[in-house]
Amino acid sequence: MAINLDIIILLFMISGALWTVMTRSLLRSAIALALTSAMLSVLMFRLDARLAAVFELSVCTGLISVLFISTISLTQPLTNEEILQRRKARLKRFKYLPIIIVVIGVVLSLFSVRLNLILPSPELESNVRIALWDLRRLDIIGQVIILLCGVFGVVILFKEQD
Amino acid sequence: MYSLFILIPLLALIILNLPLRDLMKKSCSWCVLALSIIQVWAVVLIAFKYLNYDATFLSPFFKFNLHIDGISIIVLICVGIAVFTASIIGKHLIASSEKLFNFTNLLIIALIGMNGTALVTDIFSLYVFIEITSVATYILISFHKQRYALEAAFKYIILSAVASVMMLSAIALLLLVSGGTDFYSISVALKISPHSYLIMFAVCLFVCALFIKGGLVPFHGWLPDVYTEAPAAVSVLLAGVVSKVIGVYALIRIMVSVIGFQNQVNLVLLFVGAVSIVLGALAALGQSDFKRMLAYSSISQVGYIVLGLGSGTPLGIFGAVFHLFNHSIFKSTLFVNSAALEKQAGTRDMDRIGGGLASRMPVTGATSVISFLSAAGIPPLAGFWSKLIIILALWGSGYYSYAIIAIIASIITLAYFLSMQRRVFFGNIKEEFANIKEAGFGIILPALILASITIGVGLIFPFFLKLLKI
Repeated sequence: MAINLDIIILLFMISGALWTVMTRSLLRSAIALALTSAMLSVLMFRLDARLAAVFELSVCTGLISVLFISTISLTQPLTNEEILQRRKARLKRFKYLPIIIVVIGVVLSLFSVRLNLILPSPELESNVRIALWDLRRLDIIGQVIILLCGVFGVVILFKEQD
Repeated sequence: MYSLFILIPLLALIILNLPLRDLMKKSCSWCVLALSIIQVWAVVLIAFKYLNYDATFLSPFFKFNLHIDGISIIVLICVGIAVFTASIIGKHLIASSEKLFNFTNLLIIALIGMNGTALVTDIFSLYVFIEITSVATYILISFHKQRYALEAAFKYIILSAVASVMMLSAIALLLLVSGGTDFYSISVALKISPHSYLIMFAVCLFVCALFIKGGLVPFHGWLPDVYTEAPAAVSVLLAGVVSKVIGVYALIRIMVSVIGFQNQVNLVLLFVGAVSIVLGALAALGQSDFKRMLAYSSISQVGYIVLGLGSGTPLGIFGAVFHLFNHSIFKSTLFVNSAALEKQAGTRDMDRIGGGLASRMPVTGATSVISFLSAAGIPPLAGFWSKLIIILALWGSGYYSYAIIAIIASIITLAYFLSMQRRVFFGNIKEEFANIKEAGFGIILPALILASITIGVGLIFPFFLKLLKI
């Protein structure tokens, strides 16, 4: 039962990811990304990676907020004719995708790979504070810099020209 | 102390974005120039052991586990020089103070990313700093929001995202096998772990990801469009140092510090290097756009670096790193020349120009000649020595066919650059371009500095070899 629930969550996550990429509407794409991140967080919780799940939720909350602000500033409504025209053209490209996904899933389920790994026991630090601020300090600063870079990206690319 | 290479630019970035907007806009370019000059000066002092400062004033919080060696020193110098050049070109070509301010901020972020890449001793941190550089680069490429630049940036983002996924997957597998992410743990685990197939798979994934980041054949699809459509100052940065650091240097670091040189990996590097050299050179032959020709030339020259690395010998690694430095210098010069050409002539179409610009743009013409001769490996310029070392390393390791390919490709390099010179600078000038003038001091100055470095390194290198007793 537990395994089936994980697979269901995984399927929801993949569906969300596909919807994010395939949808024409920026707002719906942002919503789908939020759903995908939420499903990923749930999966991480179920796999006992609670710290990763918390990070995923917190980072993606900020990310989705930025995306919403950006997409709302970019969104311009289409006429009904434009919407109908684009919908027909777009859906045609993806008509074989569900079939391909089902076929790949069936093929993969026929194989059962046993890795039989003899793994070294990693030195896990159970104290979150030490793990983050002592062991991965440089990476935390690096990620802050990437966020700064993202802010500049939004300001530069989404700002309307004078 | 090495943390300062990350912290000082970060502090500069924070100070530049304080609420003193007008003052910061006026001083942003000088700030980047100062950062790049101080970086080069500090690294040279470290190289000659005149600087061994412990930075005790730094809180223990800011003391990271960073390491500097001969390879990092060369890369940090290249980064400093390229950022210096890009900032001068950007100051000269970007008219709007707001845009220049944004450009400068992104340049500093790219500087932090590249410095971090050169100094880290952990594979996950390497990934983080590669991503910092990549994200800053995406925005820089699409800086002016022009259609083809946005398309090129999108292409780069997609391929780069694939590379990032491959890197993360490889890191996850290597973490599984080794229990740690630092270079030393992984290198030890690679030797003693019983799961060689898994390790080989992870290594292949990571190396392929770095091939994408470095723009090597067959993962070079993004490179010509990006180098061509990016703004001039960004092209200088990209061609001069970005793809060299996040692709080629990272590959050298992983090979030297983690994987080591095994026969199968060497053969892959040799093959990819040789194919990149030949295909890049042949593609450059057929180009009419100046920048696009330089982009394909970059693919070819990076192939030399990978070929030197693939020889697996200390001489080959030395040649690869030396050629990385030389390529950074002469390619930056050529992109500065293309910026001058585009600004003064209004076009990069070599067929339309038809030659003769050297009479109107003597400095640009002369520096382009020096750079292309270095690229083609003509003595006594710097490029001759690095190519010679690579060829000797290949010959000494028994890879005779690859050495011959490298020599023949140098002739093709000479051919496309001579064709470029004939179509742009040599010969009689067309009526359409009769009134153009030499580019401004802001563009000539970096070209002169870089050409001087090319000549100086080429002339001094034999004495340096005598010192090393090679």
